[in-house]
Parts: sequence; structure tokens; C-alpha cells
Amino acid sequence: MMLKIDNLNVHYGAIHALQGISFELEKGEIVALIGANGAGKSTTLNTISGILRPREGSVLFQGQPIHEMPPQEIVRKGIVHVPEGRKIFPRMTVWENLEMGAYTQSDRATINRDIESAFERFSRLKERRNQVSGTLSGGEQQMLAIARGLMAHPTLLLLDEPSMGLSPILVEQIFDIIQDINEQGTSILLVEQNAQMALAIADRAYVLETGKIVMQGSGDELLENPSVIEAYLGGH
Amino acid sequence: MENKASSHLLKYGRLVRPVAGTLIGLFLVWRLFTVLVIERNFSADTWVRFGLSGLILGGMYALIAIGYTLVYGIMFMINFAHGEVMMLGAFGGYFTFELLRYIPAATPENPDLNFLNAHPIISVILAFAVGIFVSATVGFFLEKIAYRPLRKAPRLILLITAIGASFFLQNLSMLAFGPQRKNIINPDILDRGTGWTLTISGNPVLISYTGVFSLVLSALLMIGLYILVMRTKLGRAMRAVAQDKNTAYLMGVDVDDVISKTFIISGVLAGAAGVMWDIHMGLVNHYVGFLPGIKAFTAAVMGGIGNIPGAMLGGMFLGILESLGPAALGIDFQLKDVIAFSILVLVLIVRPSGILGEKLSEEKL
Repeated sequence: MMLKIDNLNVHYGAIHALQGISFELEKGEIVALIGANGAGKSTTLNTISGILRPREGSVLFQGQPIHEMPPQEIVRKGIVHVPEGRKIFPRMTVWENLEMGAYTQSDRATINRDIESAFERFSRLKERRNQVSGTLSGGEQQMLAIARGLMAHPTLLLLDEPSMGLSPILVEQIFDIIQDINEQGTSILLVEQNAQMALAIADRAYVLETGKIVMQGSGDELLENPSVIEAYLGGH
Repeated sequence: MENKASSHLLKYGRLVRPVAGTLIGLFLVWRLFTVLVIERNFSADTWVRFGLSGLILGGMYALIAIGYTLVYGIMFMINFAHGEVMMLGAFGGYFTFELLRYIPAATPENPDLNFLNAHPIISVILAFAVGIFVSATVGFFLEKIAYRPLRKAPRLILLITAIGASFFLQNLSMLAFGPQRKNIINPDILDRGTGWTLTISGNPVLISYTGVFSLVLSALLMIGLYILVMRTKLGRAMRAVAQDKNTAYLMGVDVDDVISKTFIISGVLAGAAGVMWDIHMGLVNHYVGFLPGIKAFTAAVMGGIGNIPGAMLGGMFLGILESLGPAALGIDFQLKDVIAFSILVLVLIVRPSGILGEKLSEEKL
């Protein structure tokens, strides 16, 4: 078991944001968390990556509890979180952002090779390597955020709303890239509002509603589940 | 009725900046015209002398201002105790010189020779090493003891703590070292009266060794800092924390460690400025960091707080304005501090983001 979340309870002040959620992710899987705004999807990722602390419950990564570790150590364990809204460093160049992604890496030759392979995968970024990244388009920023995340050699990649604000063509591209990353051996926990796309590539998925998991199943099962269609796929 | 009153207020409020700006502009033009064209009390050599001392002072202000700006950039607080960090570095340099002066290094030709004059270069290096070490250590513990426990507190509380720390350090050193001013005796080759002499409009202008030394060292330190911030891994991590602390965590940056190192770097620069103050100004007491500290803060605001080149530029600019200002405006020289602080008020009215100020992003506000 790569990731095991057990009875996770997280509070923001008086708000009980996660109310005892439990789920699992096997090595090599893409698992999607879908749900409406405010359901607790981002809170879940922020708790796994150590930005938030649970009041109750545990997060086990490869059998080891990580819910009391500071975020910088969780990164070193192999969990990389690509946050919602890309959160690239806007006043740094594309190249510097990639260097920041490799912050935990110490071998210069590996870092340089990783930057080259990031540029191979995202050729737009190569053209703009010395551009200040705040001036990139939304799609380019999302690609930079993912490329930056890969620089740390994650075994588990947490992706928060990678399709947000992107055109349908770009969304397709991003999801192709996600599948490609997964095929090369990285497990992925994907949070998405675009349930259609997320369920299409996910091995399994969990549906979150107001801090609780209300449904789970394989991606295909949920795509055909009437109440999922009703609530998240905008159809009948 | 209330709405009407407040809309009047808004209307006139908008006029404050252009009206104040124009009035001040007219005043400055009038004074400059009177002094430079009508009265002409000073000849070129005097202006050069003022300009030089301004540059030298400006270099020290710039080094201190960088400390304000680095800390502000990374945790959005004004470290008002930073002037005291510089003052303690100045004491470190002073005590080093005093100690070395009492170490005999007699030679057959010169039985009274002491270490300070026998090895002046080593002595100066030692003074800087001690001063920098003291300031860096004080900066490190200041953050660890006074500011770190308040990491999640509102910013006003941090500001008040910093002011408290400033008074604490000032009074502590008064208690430890006494309130009287101490003269700093340089090695003979760095005597403050020696230097190169230029002749400008028939009068000699002394370019002192201590001044040139301070200016060159300030420039080197600023170049070094710029390389550190722009080209090294630590510098990138500092910029990352300044731009987005949460995301810096997600990259694996130990934010607390970066904050500690930022205080150490600020301390190093302030310590160097403190020992320069020793060597060039020649006086030290517990109060010696207070005014330079506040002026360096002014310089950092003038350049755009959080902006490193802005702090450098602001420091140099303030030093020069302060030196040339009283003469250029034809006012008493003792009013030079008034000029510095008038500039602070002016910048805050006319351009609060400073000369090179970036627009503050929402997360910073």
C-alpha cells in the first residue's frame, strides 16, 4: 500500500473541514478525488503534504506515519504536491522555478538532466526558459507547475485542479501528460472539479461531499453511476 | 448627509498628493536657485567634499538598509532592532582594536610598537571578523528568541516586539559598556587625517583612506550579496519564501532555516557597516546604531521595501542627500536629520511603494 488515509479529521478554526475520511492508493494507481467546491478535496491534499495538521486520524505513506512531519520532510519522502492555482514563483524565471522544484536534489548532473527532460516534455517551457514565469500563459504556468513537481522525483504526485481555467484543448494535453507521467511509474492522487476527465483516466475514484467520502469505485463505474452523473457530470 | 461629507473628503483627499508635491517642488526650486545662482557661498571643492562624505555614509546606510529589506521581504516585518545589531558590531570592532593595541609587538627599532600598528591589515581583518560575528550572532538569536515565537501573531505585535528589542539592546549595552562615547584609535596607516589630496578650484580636498576603504568594501559586500541572492541555492530559497511561503514548503524548503539565515546575512552586513563606522567615524557608544538604523529604514522605504537594489540605491541616495542637502537648501547643517526624515514622509505621501517599489501583491498586504 503506497498511501493509506485513516479517519482523517481536519479543522479550520470552528469549521470541521474533513470529517473522518479514509481511503487508499496502491502503487502505480491514478486515484481521483472529485466533489464540489468546499467539499474538502484541497484540504485533503494539504494535509497529506503537511501544510495542514489533522486533529485526528493518520496518513501512512509506504507504511510510515507522516501526518506529524513538517512539509519539507514529506517532500523528501517522495510525495510532491502541485498546488491549486499552479503557485509558480511569479518573479522567478522558468529555469529558476525548475531549480526550486529540485531543491531536495543535490546532484548537479541529475538536476541538469532533469531540466533537459522537462524541456523535452514541455517544449514551450524551453523556449521561455529565461522568461519571468509570472508572464507565462495559464497553460504554460500549469505545465511549469507540473514540470517543477517532477523535478523532485516523486513516487506519489498530488495534483490539485490541474485543469482549472484552461481551454478544452489544453485540458486534453494536461491529462495526456498526467497519464504519461503515471505510465512512467509515478502514482497519482488527482483532485479535480472536471469529473468527466478525471474519472476517464482514474483507476479508482472517491466522491467527497462536505468533508465526507460518500461514494467510491473504479473510474468507469462512477462515470456510469446515475447519482454521479446527476451531481458532477451535469447530465441526465 | 454623511455620504455627502465623506465624498467631499474623498474629493479633497485626492488633491493632497499633487498639491503637496507642487508646493514642495516650488520650495525646493526656490531654495536651490537662491543658493546655487544668487548666493553661491560654496565653491566646487566644498561640494566635492560633501558629495564624497555622502557617498561614504550612503554605503553604510545601504548595507544596513539591505538588512531591513531582506527581513521585510521574507516575513513582512520591520526589524526596528536592526540598528542595534549594527551598534553591537561596532562595539565588536572597537574592542578588537583596543585589545590589539595592548598586545606588544616590540622590535629593536621600535620598542613601543603594538600589534595594531605592527600588523594593521591583520588587525583590520580581525576587527571586521569580530564585528561581523557579533552582529550575525545577535541577529540570529534576536530572531530565535524574540520573533520566532510570534510567527503566527499579527504583524503589529512583531513590530512592537522589534521596538522593544531595540530599546533592550540599547540599554543593555549602555549598562555593559557605559554611556560615554569611546574614541576608536585606528592603526596609524588608517589614520582618519590621511589620504590622497586633490586640488579643486585651488583648494585641497582630502580623499581619506578610511573613506575609500569603506566605500570599496560596501560596494564589494553589495555585489557579494547580489550574487548570493540571485545565483545560489540559498538565495533562490530566500526569494521563494519571500514570494510564496507555502509553496516554498512544498518544494522542500525548510522555511525556519531560511529565515534564520536571512537574519544572519542581515547581521553580517550590519556588522560590516558597524566596523566601517568605527574606522571612518571614530566614535562608538550604545546610541550609535539608532539614527543610522532609522535612516537606513528610510532608505529601504525610499528604494521600495522588500527590493534589494532599491535598498542599495536608497541608501546611497539618502547619504548623498543628507550631506549635500543642508548646503544646497541653504539651511543649518544640524538640520541634516530633518532632511532625511522629511524624505521618509515625502516618500510615504507621494510614492509609498518607493522608487523601485514593486506593486505589493495581495498576499503581501
